Amino acid sequence: MRSPLGRARGMGSAKSGLGHWWAQRLTAMALLPLSLYFVLSVFLLEGADQAAMLRYMAEPWNGVLFIALIAALFYHLQLGLQVVIEDYIHSEARRLTAVLAMRAAVTLFGLLALVSVLKLIF
Amino acid sequence: MAELTLPKNSRVTAGTTHKAAPGATRVKNFQVYRWNPDDAGNPHTDTYEIDLDQCGPMVLDALIKIKNEIDPTLTFRRSCREGICGSCAMNIDGTNTLACLKPIDEVKADVKINPLPHMAVVKDLVPDLTQAYAQYRSIEPWLQSETPAPPDGERLQSIEERADIDGLWECILCFCCTTSCPSYWWNGDRYLGPAVLMAAYRWIADSRDENTGKRLDALEDPFKLYRCHTIMNCTQTCPKGLNPAKAIGKIKQLMVERQG
Repeated sequence: MRSPLGRARGMGSAKSGLGHWWAQRLTAMALLPLSLYFVLSVFLLEGADQAAMLRYMAEPWNGVLFIALIAALFYHLQLGLQVVIEDYIHSEARRLTAVLAMRAAVTLFGLLALVSVLKLIF
Repeated sequence: MAELTLPKNSRVTAGTTHKAAPGATRVKNFQVYRWNPDDAGNPHTDTYEIDLDQCGPMVLDALIKIKNEIDPTLTFRRSCREGICGSCAMNIDGTNTLACLKPIDEVKADVKINPLPHMAVVKDLVPDLTQAYAQYRSIEPWLQSETPAPPDGERLQSIEERADIDGLWECILCFCCTTSCPSYWWNGDRYLGPAVLMAAYRWIADSRDENTGKRLDALEDPFKLYRCHTIMNCTQTCPKGLNPAKAIGKIKQLMVERQG
């Protein structure tokens, strides 16, 4: 029975959304060179044995770039999946559940990737 | 969840065919969506065979001919017949446009005419635009200024300032863009949609308006503004050749700029 204007105004502006949108763009920009670096590394290490791989990862810059790649990638993944969930799931309870579950999964996989790289480095 | 198929009572069935008069030479089929709230039953598509030699050049001419000469129950909105009132916005040949600006000969096969997508239908080709109009009202589409206008004249703008609202003020609010936007289809209750966001930017970009910050505040919302994923259907479909996607991009740019 609410008026159309009342419904259109809804709960007003959340005064947020810019941070999410901007972070998604920035991580996308960061991922361009980082992904190129990753592909380059794969080619460089083609056919390398484990010792060569460990020597490569022990170089400080390689470790830093791998960790930066993991951070940007999983942050970007979480931001993007949240948008998809918000687009398509309309029930408030299910949306919140889905977003939280997705964040937990992405965070855990991100940490898994990070620990794996740290084990290679140290 | 997003709806990918029409609900059962909205599925369109086949309707009747109205034959052209014998001896008609240049016949074209017009397949028109029909739904009457007073009849029980699903919407259907009626086919009208029109002799183009006896009809004006635009799709609206054909619709008026059908209503006048074949089937007076056909219901659609129209007023100016020259692309300035926005009344005859509908989906023609798969694209939202104004029937009065759409030449029949641009459609190669049968002319398929449906109401604007994903809006409730009032009758036949008439969509319910109540929500879209209310959303337009919600962005306060009028000049807001505490400084009074000069007593002896209008509020002045430089030529450059005036040029900033070109490509924005021309919008006729036909909502072809808004109803072509998948984000609006899925989240139209909260997302404002391209027409309303471009109208909002029209006042943000107006040098005479003093409430730019308040207007940006009102838009900074994950749903009201940031449901726009730059799909660009809006710009592609606009029958006035405007660019709502660019206007939305400008709003997002200003949001970043004012952060410092």
